[in-house]
Amino acid sequence: MSRVVFPARVLPYLLLSPQIAITAVFFYWPASQALWQSVLREDPFGLKTTFVGLANFRSVLADPNYLQSARVTVVFSVATALLAMAAALWLASAAERVVRGRGLYRTLLIWPYAVAPAVAGMLWLFMFNPAMGTFAYMLRRAGYNWDPLLDPGQAMTMVVVAAAWKQISYNFLFFVAAMQSIPRSLIEAAAIDGAGSTKRFWTIVLPLIAPTTFFLLVVNTVYAFFDTFGIIHAVTGGGPARATETLVYKVYNDGFVHLSLGSSAAQSVILMAIVILLTAIQFRFVERRVHYG
Amino acid sequence: MASITLSDVRKVYPGGVEAVRGVSLDIADGEMVVLVGPSGCGKSTLLRMIAGLETISAGTVAIGGRVVNELEPAARDIAMVFQNYALYPHMSVRQNLAYGLKNRGTPAAEIARRIDAAAAILEIAPFLDRRPGQLSGGQRQRVAMGRAIVREPAAFLFDEPLSNLDAKLRVQMRVEIRRLQRSLATTSVYVTHDQLEAMTLADRLVVLNGGRIEQVGTPIELYEKPATSFVAAFIGSPAMNLLPAVRNGEAVTLPGGGKVAAALGPEVATLGIRPEDLVPGRRDDAAFTAELTVAAVELVGAESYVHGTTPEGGELVFRVAGRSAIAPGEGMMVSASAEALHRFGTEGRRLG
Amino acid sequence: MQENRPLAGLVAHLVLVLGVLIVAFPIWYTFVASTHSLQTILSPPLPLVPGDRFLDNYGEALVGGIGQIGGVGIGRLLFNTAVMATAIAVGKIVISILSAYAIVFFRFPGRMVFFWLIFITLMLPVEVRILPTYKVMVDLGLIDTYTGLTLPLMASATATFLFRQFFLTIPPELVEAARIDGAGPMKFLRDILLPLSKTNIAALFVILFIYGWTQYLWPLLITSDSRMSTIVIALRKMVSFTDADTPWHLVMVVAILAILPPVMVVVLMQRWFVKGLVETEK
Repeated sequence: MSRVVFPARVLPYLLLSPQIAITAVFFYWPASQALWQSVLREDPFGLKTTFVGLANFRSVLADPNYLQSARVTVVFSVATALLAMAAALWLASAAERVVRGRGLYRTLLIWPYAVAPAVAGMLWLFMFNPAMGTFAYMLRRAGYNWDPLLDPGQAMTMVVVAAAWKQISYNFLFFVAAMQSIPRSLIEAAAIDGAGSTKRFWTIVLPLIAPTTFFLLVVNTVYAFFDTFGIIHAVTGGGPARATETLVYKVYNDGFVHLSLGSSAAQSVILMAIVILLTAIQFRFVERRVHYG
Repeated sequence: MASITLSDVRKVYPGGVEAVRGVSLDIADGEMVVLVGPSGCGKSTLLRMIAGLETISAGTVAIGGRVVNELEPAARDIAMVFQNYALYPHMSVRQNLAYGLKNRGTPAAEIARRIDAAAAILEIAPFLDRRPGQLSGGQRQRVAMGRAIVREPAAFLFDEPLSNLDAKLRVQMRVEIRRLQRSLATTSVYVTHDQLEAMTLADRLVVLNGGRIEQVGTPIELYEKPATSFVAAFIGSPAMNLLPAVRNGEAVTLPGGGKVAAALGPEVATLGIRPEDLVPGRRDDAAFTAELTVAAVELVGAESYVHGTTPEGGELVFRVAGRSAIAPGEGMMVSASAEALHRFGTEGRRLG
Repeated sequence: MQENRPLAGLVAHLVLVLGVLIVAFPIWYTFVASTHSLQTILSPPLPLVPGDRFLDNYGEALVGGIGQIGGVGIGRLLFNTAVMATAIAVGKIVISILSAYAIVFFRFPGRMVFFWLIFITLMLPVEVRILPTYKVMVDLGLIDTYTGLTLPLMASATATFLFRQFFLTIPPELVEAARIDGAGPMKFLRDILLPLSKTNIAALFVILFIYGWTQYLWPLLITSDSRMSTIVIALRKMVSFTDADTPWHLVMVVAILAILPPVMVVVLMQRWFVKGLVETEK
């Protein structure tokens, strides 16, 4: 049966108008500006703009700094997603096993979600910065040459840990929900078939939560791509030597600090394409869930 | 209190599907009419057009002599009882009953009076301050009825209201709805796909098929003189035996098996016999006889249904009282008298 | 399943305790630091228990520290952030309910066009169109205004999508019953749909409040006047790892104050938060 509806001519447009107005002004207008500017070039004094076709894209993609930034983004995203998901999965499977105190553990595990990424980055920097951080102090006492503000690898490690730390709560909640939706009878059948708890985890639980895992992989990737701007900006500022300059940070830096409009716009358009791709993957996956789930 | 008149009502959906293909029907004041038919026959669409929940593509619907085609549901002075009850889950039973009256600006004292009266009739007074979620299926059904009653409408519309109840409760509520409708004497249109429910509730039955009316009449008329082979097959349980007939010169043969003694007439395409009209044994005055091998015997309590196969492969069902001594695999004869034969023509229309 | 294996249970508890330690430690560390003097902080290792400077540090940050956070009182910063988080949450919920209501309960020309106009925005976070959006804000004179901080972030498809999904689960008969009961569209929205959406609204409020509170890039762009800044941005501006004058003990206090309100919202409204989170994203 088709859904019953109210007969009205003007009302639905009125109801939609706030969202459409805001979306048009703050979304479609700037997005189309980005598209338009990505094919223009402005002279250094902003007096004259010329249509340059795809030249901005060509120069962006040929820029070694941009390619470096793309590499940084991939490394950062993959590392953050894997770390955040592995830790969360480990905790969630432990939470499944305990009978008492599950609610308390959940409460204690979810609060990093409420911490702003930039603040999360700063908290880790407090602990690990060479001047006063207790852990930096301990590392140096142990003979390790720790200075994330100078060493690219250490800087990357720190932003990855801070970014993953903040995302653990989110992943944890999803893994717990996924595990709880596995029918008890399946676990019991496996137990009767003689599978121990470790074996059950790898052969029953893990395959059955695969859809959630995949979903989280996409979400974590999107998170690492975009929402971690604050961490990078607050902790490393893209350095040292561009070692932590992700694509989003570079768009900001080129646009606001170096004021190169065309290049920044072209980078924005490339980022849009990446997000659209990620979202499409996610939608396909959501659709599959509907069919099989 | 009002009559309802449908004149050549049609429903065409935007995709071009014709759900209702020209239905005309007069429902008298205080009458209970049941629309029955298989799913997709258009019965619910028709009811929803009377309610104003579907637009009317052509024709007119009049309630109490007033054409209501363009009126909002609330302005049609009707009340509807839904299959899933459609009670507002966040309101108490009392608020559910009051909501429609409040929207019409009924004074609070009058609302309270009507709710108390309805609660007394339906015995729901103890639950008035509970939420629908705290009630059993039967209780929710009563509340849904209550919401219709307090409106004191010109007509009640029922959309398969008993389908979500278990079998025992369904019988109980069926009796109660009938009693209630009689005592309130409110014009009612009731939609169901359950022919037993239809037979027991209706003053008049309307059998719908493919968006058209097959037959209108009292339950007994429909049972005894089905106008078409469709109605014959739909009304009655177990269903009427329908045997295809083939004309062979002057005689008519039944390829499914069985012999016909009487002249059936040249136009007969289908021969129908109700299971209770087939009796075991051969009789001299029988108009129809058939030889059967018993395939199965179903004991349903006070009677048994015997399923048999003719040597030609046709299937026949007949009923016997009480427990039957007939056993599967047994061979036997069954026969029926001339009055028990229903004859249908090539279009499925009843002959004579 | 009841398994009588105390060892496995013990291991699980150990894992969780370790997890809680890792997850909670940075916040504990910051809190501890916020109760010590600047000298203690600057000479690691930091003690693991709070010091005796709680009242001094918090008092100085809240009342006397005005000059040290870009010339703005911490109360002002918390107020700005609270305004931003609340306005975004409330605005988004209101706007989304209205548009989801239009899309689910009405049929009108252009309905699918509007649907897609809204849902395409799911795909483009503000980060990917920073510069042109900033330019629009400048053109509209919205820099350093609450409107500029909140309005552009109110239109996003996620909340609309959530409400649409929820509205689609409302049985159609409920709408029919309401129509027969004489309720028009706005009455149905007010009397039936909104009360039924209460849990969803609460869940979404928590998530959007956190979203608004933790915004970084947007307030960084839109505010140049530090009086319009949020606490997260102000915290960032206080910190300089090369500057010996950074008042670390006050930085720690500000960090705790920046974390506390959203954490309280999450912990106190945990039930709705978990439900909202797990359901929004599905």
